[in-house]
Amino acid sequence: MPVIEVDQLVRSYTSGSRLKRGPRTEVHAVRGVSFEVEKGELFGLLGPNGAGKTTTIKMLITLLLPTSGHARVLGYDVVADPREVRRRIGYVFGGDKGLYERLSGYDNLRYFAELYGVPPREQKARIAELLDLVSLTGKEGQRVEGYSRGMRQRLHIARGLLHKPEVLFLDEPSIGIDPVGARELRETVAALVSTGTTVLLTTHYMFEADELCDRIAVIAGGSIIAEGTPEQLKSRVADGHVVEIEVYDGVDDRLEAVRAIEGVTSVGVETSDRSQLLVVRTDAAAQVTPAVLAALEGRSLGRVATREPTLEDAYVELVRDA
Amino acid sequence: MSSWCVTREGLGMRVLRLVAVGWWLQLKNRSRSSFDGLLSILYPLFFATSIFFLYRQNGDEAALVSAAVGASLMGVWSAVSTSASTTLQGERRQGTLELLVAAPTPFSLVILPATVSMATIGLWSFLVTLLWGRLAFGIPISFDQPLVFVIAAVVMTFSLGLVGFLQAMASVRYRAAWALGTLFEFPVWLVCGFLVPLSSLPDWVTPIAYLLPPTWGVSAVRAAAFGGSPWRDIALCLATGAVYAAIGVALSRRLVDSARGNATLALT
Repeated sequence: MPVIEVDQLVRSYTSGSRLKRGPRTEVHAVRGVSFEVEKGELFGLLGPNGAGKTTTIKMLITLLLPTSGHARVLGYDVVADPREVRRRIGYVFGGDKGLYERLSGYDNLRYFAELYGVPPREQKARIAELLDLVSLTGKEGQRVEGYSRGMRQRLHIARGLLHKPEVLFLDEPSIGIDPVGARELRETVAALVSTGTTVLLTTHYMFEADELCDRIAVIAGGSIIAEGTPEQLKSRVADGHVVEIEVYDGVDDRLEAVRAIEGVTSVGVETSDRSQLLVVRTDAAAQVTPAVLAALEGRSLGRVATREPTLEDAYVELVRDA
Repeated sequence: MSSWCVTREGLGMRVLRLVAVGWWLQLKNRSRSSFDGLLSILYPLFFATSIFFLYRQNGDEAALVSAAVGASLMGVWSAVSTSASTTLQGERRQGTLELLVAAPTPFSLVILPATVSMATIGLWSFLVTLLWGRLAFGIPISFDQPLVFVIAAVVMTFSLGLVGFLQAMASVRYRAAWALGTLFEFPVWLVCGFLVPLSSLPDWVTPIAYLLPPTWGVSAVRAAAFGGSPWRDIALCLATGAVYAAIGVALSRRLVDSARGNATLALT
C-alpha cells in the first residue's frame, strides 16, 4: 500500500472580503493533482513559484482542507483523521520563520517534544541525539535570534524529527542557505531515507531534486505535467543539445531573432553582474551555433559551449509547454 | 510504528505536564523582551497613577485603598485582553501557528498555557502597581487575610487566562480578531467594578458584569483585602472562567477546521 495516496486533489481560494461589495475572484491553486509515494521513497514535487507545491503539501499535512479530491497518508484520510496523520508525520519548511526567537534552540525542541508527546524520560536523550545529527551540539543553549540561517534550518530539521515520524514533508528546506549548508542538508535527508523514512520534498532547485529524489512530479499551474525518475524526465530532452553563449553587452533585443532559427526549441537568459548567459535548447539534429552567433553579430561575446541537457533543461521544457 | 505518540502515558499526567511545560516556556518566551517587560509595567502604572491622583483629591482613604487594588488588577486584565488576541497573530507572523496546529496535541491544550502565561505577566504588573501606590502615594498595603488575598489574586489571574483563551481561539479563524482585545480592554475595567462599585452603575450593567469573571475576581480580591468573605466570589470567578474555557474547547476544533478551510493559519 502506498504511504501517500493523492487522488484528484483540488484547492481553490476566494479572494476579496465577504463584508465588502465588489467582485470576488476564485484562484485555483491546485487543479486535480494525483500521485502516490511508496514506503522509503524520496518523492520530489518540482515546480516554479506559485505552481501549487506548498498548497499540495499543506493539504497533506492537514493544514489546509482540500476543495475536492482525496488524500491519505499511511492509510489515514487527511480530512477525516487529521490527528492520526499528524502523529505520524514531520513537517519542515525553509526560511527564517517557524521558531521561537527568544527561546534557546534546546527550549524550542523541548516545547515541540512535549507537543508531539515524546515521553518525558526519553526527551533529553532524543534532543541530544538530534542536536548531534544536525551539528548543533554546544549551540543549543543560545537563543534562536542569534542563530544563522543555516543553524535555524538545521534546528527545523531536528524539530521535525523529534517524534521519529514515518513520513517527512520537506517544503523547500534549502531555500536561502549557503551551498555548504545545503549539501549537509541533502546528506541528512539522504541518511534519513536510508533508514526507511519516506520523504516528500518540494523544491525548485534542480540539482537537489536530481541528487536526492527517486521520483519527481513536475507541477506547474496547479497541475502535474510530468512524473518519473530524474533519468526518465531527462530523457524527454536527451535527444537535443544546449548551446550556452556568454554575452557582455546585452542580448534581450536579439532573442526573437534567435528563437526564429530553425531547430531552436527554447531560449533562456541568465543574468549575472557582468554578463548575460544565453541558453539555447535545440533539436537533436540541428546545428544552430553558427546561426545563433550570426544573430548576435556585433555583440561582445565570451564563452561559447555546447553540452548535454540536464534535469533543469527538461524542467524548463516541461514548464514552458505547460 | 515509530511514532512515540501512541505510548500509553496517564492522560491526566500528560495533560498536566503539557500545560506546565507550555506555560513555563511561553512565559519564558514572553518575559525575555526587556522592552515588552518594561511596557507591561509602565502601561498600567500610567493608568494607576492617574487614578491615585483622582481618588486622593477627595480625601477618602478607604476609597483610595480600594481604588489602589482595583487599579492594580486592571493591569492583569490588560495583559490578558490585549495579549491574548494579538498572540495568535504573533504566532501566525512568526510561522509557528501552523506548527502548533500541525502537532497532534489538541489545539486548546496548546493555547491554554499560552494565555495563562500572559495572565501571569499581568500578575507581575499587579504587584508592581501595588508597590508603586505604597511608595509614591503612601497607600498602605496591609490586608486582613494576606494568604486568602494571594489565593484570590492567583485564581483571578488563572480565570482571566481562561477568558483570554476564548479570545485567542477566535483569532485562529479570523486574522483580524486580534482587535477584539483592544475593544474589550476598557469596557471591562468599567463594567466589572475595577474602579467604580457595581452599585454605582446602571442596573442593566449588572447582568453583564455577572457573566464576566473579572467582576468576581475583583470582588474576591477586595473582600480578602478588606475583611469580607471572598470564597463565594473566588468560586464564581473560577466557575465563570471555566465556562469561557469550556466554550473555547468546544469551539476549538470547529474554529481550527474553519481556519483550515479558509486558509487563515498563515499570513499568505
